[in-house]
Amino acid sequence: MLIFIARRLLLAIPVLLGVIFVVMLTVELIPGDAVALMLGEHATPEAVAKLRDYLGLDKPLLVRYVGYVGRVARGDLGRSIQQNRPVTDELADAWPATLELTVAALLISAVAGIVAGVISAVWPNSLFDAIARVGSLFGLSMPVFWTGLVLIVIFALWLPWLPVGGMGSPSHLVLPAVTLALPSLAMVARMTRSSVLEVLREDYVRTARAKGVAELLVVAKHALRNAAIPILTLLGLQAGQLMGGAVLTETVFSWPGLGRLMVKAIFARDYVLLQGAVLIFALAFVVINLAVDLAYGALDPRIARQG
Amino acid sequence: MTAPADAMTRAAPTTLSADTWLRFRRNRLALAGLVVVVLLAVAAAGAPWLAPADPAKQSLIEKRARPGEKFLLGADEFGRDILSRIIYGSRVALLVGLLSVAIALGLGLALGCLAGFAGGWVDVLIMRGVEVLLAFPYLLLAIAVVSALGPGVLNTTIAVGIWGTPTVIRLVRGAVLTARESEYVRAATALGATAGRVLTRHVLRNILPTVVVYSTLFMANAILVEAALSFLGLGVPPPTPSWGLMVSSGRDFLVVAPHIATVPGLAIMIAVLGFNLLGDGLRDALDPRLRGQI
Repeated sequence: MLIFIARRLLLAIPVLLGVIFVVMLTVELIPGDAVALMLGEHATPEAVAKLRDYLGLDKPLLVRYVGYVGRVARGDLGRSIQQNRPVTDELADAWPATLELTVAALLISAVAGIVAGVISAVWPNSLFDAIARVGSLFGLSMPVFWTGLVLIVIFALWLPWLPVGGMGSPSHLVLPAVTLALPSLAMVARMTRSSVLEVLREDYVRTARAKGVAELLVVAKHALRNAAIPILTLLGLQAGQLMGGAVLTETVFSWPGLGRLMVKAIFARDYVLLQGAVLIFALAFVVINLAVDLAYGALDPRIARQG
Repeated sequence: MTAPADAMTRAAPTTLSADTWLRFRRNRLALAGLVVVVLLAVAAAGAPWLAPADPAKQSLIEKRARPGEKFLLGADEFGRDILSRIIYGSRVALLVGLLSVAIALGLGLALGCLAGFAGGWVDVLIMRGVEVLLAFPYLLLAIAVVSALGPGVLNTTIAVGIWGTPTVIRLVRGAVLTARESEYVRAATALGATAGRVLTRHVLRNILPTVVVYSTLFMANAILVEAALSFLGLGVPPPTPSWGLMVSSGRDFLVVAPHIATVPGLAIMIAVLGFNLLGDGLRDALDPRLRGQI
């Protein structure tokens, strides 16, 4: 198991270095003079020269990359051009809100998705199954930002039950978390249904039933445990979907998280802050997938043995 | 060799494509998806004739008009006909979708085949690159690309295309590796077929169903990503009628005129649903084994 963990950790390093390289490239892609664009048309030549020197744009790409990796490793993501504060401080202010939102959405999609998927699989072609399948198709097709607006119209404007936006009480979390969760919920329900349905046809399930094991135990202990790997993989991937969706949800609900900070950084042309925000999202995603990989080993010892 | 084979195909009661069509036709949801996609294509191609009004024509007296006789789906904050803008908006959605699919497929097929066939360090290099791109959460890579390139139809298309490429590379490489080990490819190589012939006649033809299904499902995602970028103000700039942009501009009028934001969103949902249903149907009809993989 230790070798398995060490191998997975080592494999993550080149990916992380690559992610940092791509994030650094975003400034390279800017057509024309990136620095002049960042500071606007009224910037003095001194300010432009100072920022160019700070960003090291005169140096070769590789030298800048090595310098950037070194700074990132020390936890220095530069200073926000607009706020004149360290990017790490800006990110530290915003990440708890995003974490709260994405964890709430992940919990909703995991719990509701697995329950709906299992019920659909246990009673295939029932009315519930039909509703869940059509519902999940719609869930996958609805744009997150639009779902958010529709939920605001229904639950905050027509039926004034929940707040329109902002952050504070638990009631503020309901609409954004549900909005963000819906597409993932649909995916999890679909995947759980097909995985559990497949496992329920296995010989060992028939044996368990023949032995007289209660149906609930058959589903929980035999079917769900064996269907767990694909569901877990999907949940890991959905974490990425949720982080991307958070950018839209936070914009719709004025949720003061990383996604909203990122959009603000784009419009303020604060590329240093943007790089920091994208990097944090990508790093979080790599770490989550690493955790999912490690969880495989715990769920299925055969995977850990193979390394 | 070919003549008897042709004769056998002719003599067979059903061909592969007829068989596929038969399976597809039995699937009602897939047929519904096909109808939606065809209607979308018709709307995009015939927008100037189908749209009841000029999508750019403003009318300050009729701004935010509710759906009714004059404006079937209402008017937006500038008094422009929402139905006409939705019809014209299908052009942007389909254009960005189709071109980004072309970019993703072009790059993905080339790099995927190269990785699968060349192997060795070329394969390692390409696949490490793919892993890096896949490490970016959904939408963020497209946001990063488009924020650097600037808004616009072309840049949005490039961003969406780049976002879709790594998955195509992985799919194609996997298929190439499987095909390379198969007996029919070994037989073709033993008979003296060149690498190019093996690639085009055997490998690419064999992965065609996977590519067709993926492209259809990718269209759905491309439409969603384009709408999301436009909603954030990073995609198609105003006054071009883009569905995401229409939802975004209607946000400020949710209390007085909720239809401005909600109606264009319905268009996005129906279009995405259409491509998802069509993609699912094609997958089940072409190769049911792909279920769960794409």
